[in-house]
Amino acid sequence: MASDGTTKLSKNVLRMKFMQRGLDAETRKQLEEEEKRIISDEHWYLDLPELKEKENFIIEERSFLPCEDLLYGRMSFKGFNPEVEKLMTLMNSQNRTEDVEEEEQNKTGVDVSDEEMARRYESLVGSIKRKFTKKRNRPAIQGEDNVSSNIRSPKIKKVFLKPQD
Amino acid sequence: MLCCVKEKIGEAVLPGDLLAFEIQKSENKTEKLICGPGLRRDGEDVFVCKSGILRHKEPNLYWIDLQQRRYVPAKGESVIGIVTAKSGDVFKVDVGGSEQASLSYLAFEGATKRNRPNVQVGDLVYAQFIIANKDMEPELVCIDSCGRANGMGVFGAGGLLFKVSLGLVRKLLSPQSEIVKDLEKIFPFEMVIGLNGRIWVKAKTTQQTLIVANILESCENMTTEQRRSIFGRVSENVL
Repeated sequence: MASDGTTKLSKNVLRMKFMQRGLDAETRKQLEEEEKRIISDEHWYLDLPELKEKENFIIEERSFLPCEDLLYGRMSFKGFNPEVEKLMTLMNSQNRTEDVEEEEQNKTGVDVSDEEMARRYESLVGSIKRKFTKKRNRPAIQGEDNVSSNIRSPKIKKVFLKPQD
Repeated sequence: MLCCVKEKIGEAVLPGDLLAFEIQKSENKTEKLICGPGLRRDGEDVFVCKSGILRHKEPNLYWIDLQQRRYVPAKGESVIGIVTAKSGDVFKVDVGGSEQASLSYLAFEGATKRNRPNVQVGDLVYAQFIIANKDMEPELVCIDSCGRANGMGVFGAGGLLFKVSLGLVRKLLSPQSEIVKDLEKIFPFEMVIGLNGRIWVKAKTTQQTLIVANILESCENMTTEQRRSIFGRVSENVL
């Protein structure tokens, strides 16, 4: 086996992890490049010229919907079915933005307008928050609401102090 | 017969006509040309395959305005279907096409495996096509991409369902439809229009329902003055 003094290890053994640790970075790179070369040589390529893809710029469209901008199919007149009437304004406004927006400003089926709802909700959020905070934190929250009265300085929160030995 | 497109817009064309577009091949091919219903692409040419009037919409949409009664399912269109069978998880719906469409029971708003929708054989359904081509069985859904119903699904107890031609349906659904504007002044009623030529009407009394149905069926071939005179007579009799 040993004809020239040193045993020649096979390539596969040299490629194992415990043999790589002793190698330099350069020898490692060389080994990797050789491997990649072998792998890419095994790939087959066709010897043809590159074919250009025929991009067709004519599209076929089977439906009439985009052609004529048809409206929503469910309709109700003179308040026969109020849900359908709401749906009509909703769906038709998704298609058309200019004309229907003017009509939508006269909302007859709404009891409370949007602005009033927003105002009420603002105050509602504050009162519910106050209800669920502990008594110690209440003055802090009341200080948030009254922005104008900054008279009360923020109270220092009382935290448990660990006794030092 | 080769003819230039610009001349033919608004004129009648026959099947077999070849339309020539002014294609500048030196420009970037980013300008797509859309040929709508009635036009067919063959390589680089556009052929007319149905007789009708050629219409154009900016910037690049051409189609044939034609009259027919037989519906061919197309993706994205909302139609009225009649449930004919319940087989396992799927309903079979008749839409007036060459074959029946399938409607899954999960395709309703708020439907889960435990919570099945209340759909019986013989119900009327307003649904949208998601698959509709000549190679596959058409499929319907009753929800949109966000999962909301948007008015689709089973509708209507009572009322009357009848069939009209597809041209009339498109006239009724166009944005400035005069027929609809005249109709809405007579009396309160409800209407569902399917793009497959089916219309469902419901009014307070049977007589009113029948009046509306008759008007719609005969509206197609009337001129504006004839229609107005009929509407005038109807509103006089009602009041």
